[in-house]
Amino acid sequence: MITVTSSPPSTGVEVVDVAKSYGAVQAVRGVDLSIAPGETVALLGPNGAGKSTTIDMMLGLTRPDRGHVELFGKSPSDAVRAGAVGVMLQSGALIRDLTVRELITMIGSLYPHALDVDEVLDLTGLHDMAGRRTQRLSGGQAQRARFAVALVSNPELLVLDEPTVGLDVEARQSFWSVMRAFAARGKTVMFATHYLEEADAYADRIVLMSGGRVVAAGPPTEIKARVGRHIIRATVTGVDVDILARLPGVVLADRHGDTVELQCTDSDAAVRTLLTTYPGARDIEIRGAGLEEAFLELTANSDQLAELEASR
Amino acid sequence: MTTAVYTRYELLRTFRNVRFFVLALAFPLVMFLLIAGPNRNEQLDGISFTVYYMTGMISWGAMAAVIASGARIAAERSVQWHRQLRVTPLPVRTYFRAKLVSGYAMAAVTIVVLYVAGISLGVRLPMSGWLSMTALILIGLIPFAVLGILIGHLLTADSIGPAIGGLTALFALLGGAWGPVLGEGVLRTISKGLPSYWLVQAGKSAVTGDGWPPLAWIVVAVWTVVLTVLAVRVYQRDTART
Repeated sequence: MITVTSSPPSTGVEVVDVAKSYGAVQAVRGVDLSIAPGETVALLGPNGAGKSTTIDMMLGLTRPDRGHVELFGKSPSDAVRAGAVGVMLQSGALIRDLTVRELITMIGSLYPHALDVDEVLDLTGLHDMAGRRTQRLSGGQAQRARFAVALVSNPELLVLDEPTVGLDVEARQSFWSVMRAFAARGKTVMFATHYLEEADAYADRIVLMSGGRVVAAGPPTEIKARVGRHIIRATVTGVDVDILARLPGVVLADRHGDTVELQCTDSDAAVRTLLTTYPGARDIEIRGAGLEEAFLELTANSDQLAELEASR
Repeated sequence: MTTAVYTRYELLRTFRNVRFFVLALAFPLVMFLLIAGPNRNEQLDGISFTVYYMTGMISWGAMAAVIASGARIAAERSVQWHRQLRVTPLPVRTYFRAKLVSGYAMAAVTIVVLYVAGISLGVRLPMSGWLSMTALILIGLIPFAVLGILIGHLLTADSIGPAIGGLTALFALLGGAWGPVLGEGVLRTISKGLPSYWLVQAGKSAVTGDGWPPLAWIVVAVWTVVLTVLAVRVYQRDTART
């Protein structure tokens, strides 16, 4: 389907230099974020990066120490009151003593443009459980019901804080297809995740957070190139790591006994050269580098930058 | 936006909670029948035993109903539901009003069922007596409804059950719900400073037709104001921290 985007309203989400500390812990150290209406943005980062605190400030749940937030030109609380925001928070369960259908109806009744409850039950695959009391749902079912609670509001902005935690592969896939269908209606979506694959597959743009800062932002391809590293492990005897580090596509090399570990930006090129140059290399294993490893490096860089700026 | 639907489902939740019924209705009803039944021809505190005990057990059960309704906020907070609600257009006022409506609805059931039980044991009052007693009970419950909201913000979901049971029992006992606090000692003075004492006295004022003395109104008003100030403060502290 081809969607023609007429010039969208100018402002969606505007987060300007927000910061928040809890005691000595600086959870968020000055974040700028801007999301155009209709855009789907992933907030990507490891645990403790400041994603949830940023989202809480965006929604008016937490008051920033400095900076400010506007949602569609309004304060967060005004936008929330107008029913423009639907939210699935990271933690939390459902209230008990209501059926799934009753709970979704109850929440939907608070919004001016709520979706039809049956439609929401269909979308989230909860139709068969509509009559079940919320306290009798399994973990995955409860997660879907929480998504339904966010969805029924039919908001302009849908915010999902690590929405797929606790879902199995199948449920994950159906979750994302619903999210995509919702975004296709011209809605603005922001979701937090610590899976690069999710951000890559479902976002128009990725905002990478680490240590309470935005360390990179851009289209998924660009971000993937920066953090989507692969690690080659192989048994290679009698070769100096410094030489291995100079192989094409390799950025870092490490040796543990006979095993070497090569961090690569281009693991395909690296493994080809490795095999032609050192035919004795064996037990070769290639895996995606954990985001945390990639973040550590990016954060280290941004910390050095900050120190430089401070010393100036 | 209609908040009526929200309140209706909140009511539904309340009436589906079995423990709530046991505490607010089953215990007081059984106790009334067991104790007032054999003593139905006796006198207590200058009025008929059945009227005294009927009001006493209504006070106990209705107190439990309105306290428990607000106190369930603790359970909702423990699953972060209050945060979920804060990102909906639900006005804070409606949230609390729904809690009060639910508590009073449960209290109304307790009142009606115990009136019927009282009548079955021979309680007879003029219509004006029933009406003024009902009005005074509903007014006397206000500070306890606020108390529920207060402890709903102060306590955790684990401690809330024992706290509701303990607080209602204490207020009921010192207020004379199970029998008047005798003598004119310190305990009696304390008793008269409690809103639960005046709840129980709603029965006597219905019989005599005198209504509450000024002291009763002052006690209920002071407790309501103080508890409301505390509840608002705790609520504000709570929303500022998160």
